[in-house]
Amino acid sequence: MSGKDKLAGEIDDPMVAGALKHFKASVDAWSEAAYSRPRTADRTVRHTWRLAAGWALGCLLAAGSLAGTLYQRHVRQESARIEATRAAIKAAQQKAAVEHRATVQLVTATIATRRQPTAVKRAANENEDLLATVNSDVSRQVPAAMEPLAQMMESTGAN
Amino acid sequence: MDVRVVNLRRMVTSTKSMAAGTAVKPMTADAAEELAAHEFASIVESHRPQIFRFLLASLRDVDLAETLTQECFLKAHRNWKHFRGDSSAMTWLMRIAINLQKDHWRNRRLQFWRHTQSNAVDVDEASDWLPNGERNAEQQILAREQVKQVWKAVEGLSQRQRTVFLLRYVEERELSEIARATGLSEGTVKAHLSRALGRVRAELRGKR
Repeated sequence: MSGKDKLAGEIDDPMVAGALKHFKASVDAWSEAAYSRPRTADRTVRHTWRLAAGWALGCLLAAGSLAGTLYQRHVRQESARIEATRAAIKAAQQKAAVEHRATVQLVTATIATRRQPTAVKRAANENEDLLATVNSDVSRQVPAAMEPLAQMMESTGAN
Repeated sequence: MDVRVVNLRRMVTSTKSMAAGTAVKPMTADAAEELAAHEFASIVESHRPQIFRFLLASLRDVDLAETLTQECFLKAHRNWKHFRGDSSAMTWLMRIAINLQKDHWRNRRLQFWRHTQSNAVDVDEASDWLPNGERNAEQQILAREQVKQVWKAVEGLSQRQRTVFLLRYVEERELSEIARATGLSEGTVKAHLSRALGRVRAELRGKR
């Protein structure tokens, strides 16, 4: 008994048998079509120039990224250096300003100190002059009634 | 044919020479290898379409079926010298194909994201394949509908039931061969077939 006969024997339902027959025919047709379909294979042709261009581009990209990184680092360092210089200049300027202010104050104080005796002297002279003027004025304005006394005092003094 | 081809290797150095009554001339290693390669080539030529058909029906994916067919024959080629010829070459190849299919499903379960990359066709598309024959349009539509229902039923079967069902009703293998190829007992094969047929019947009668 062949396999097909057994198959027919084990399925008593004609509808199921028919469906299975169609199913097998369908799978056979599909399989045959898929099996005998033309297969395409991509031929990989290695072009030397493409390989070289690829390498060159890769190297260029790598070098570019490296250079970019280095440049970025350099710029960062440079800006840090400039910032430090600026800060140092500013600090120096502040220090100089403070020193200048202190010097000015010192000079002012020194000048003030030096000028002080002259002013005192001048003020004393002025006072003496004023006193002399007052004295002379007062002496000139002696009342007439006192004239004889004044003459007597002058003659006493001359003797 | 399978058994003939397989036994050729064993017969060539012994029986043939003895039957001819001539002295046995030992084969050189190169000649033996050449013969084995020739045998294997004929095995590939004769069984490749069937293995591909079985895998295509199991997976409904042409590319995957082709890949697994290739793998099946690659594996067979590697183990060709260990093939003892206890079963037919077809049964042996079918067993390798079933194992490869199992491995594939196991890997796919782990790599669930591959599901989206599957090229498996749906039931409708698979049902479109029907030989024209001598049927009229109405019969063709009916046949297509039946094929679609069988595909639906097959889709709902467990992997083992599906394998047994396809080996029996597409490949038309004997129960003993199916048992050897799947590593199941004949009783288990019968039970799986019965359940699968019940499912197909229910689908065709619209009971599901």
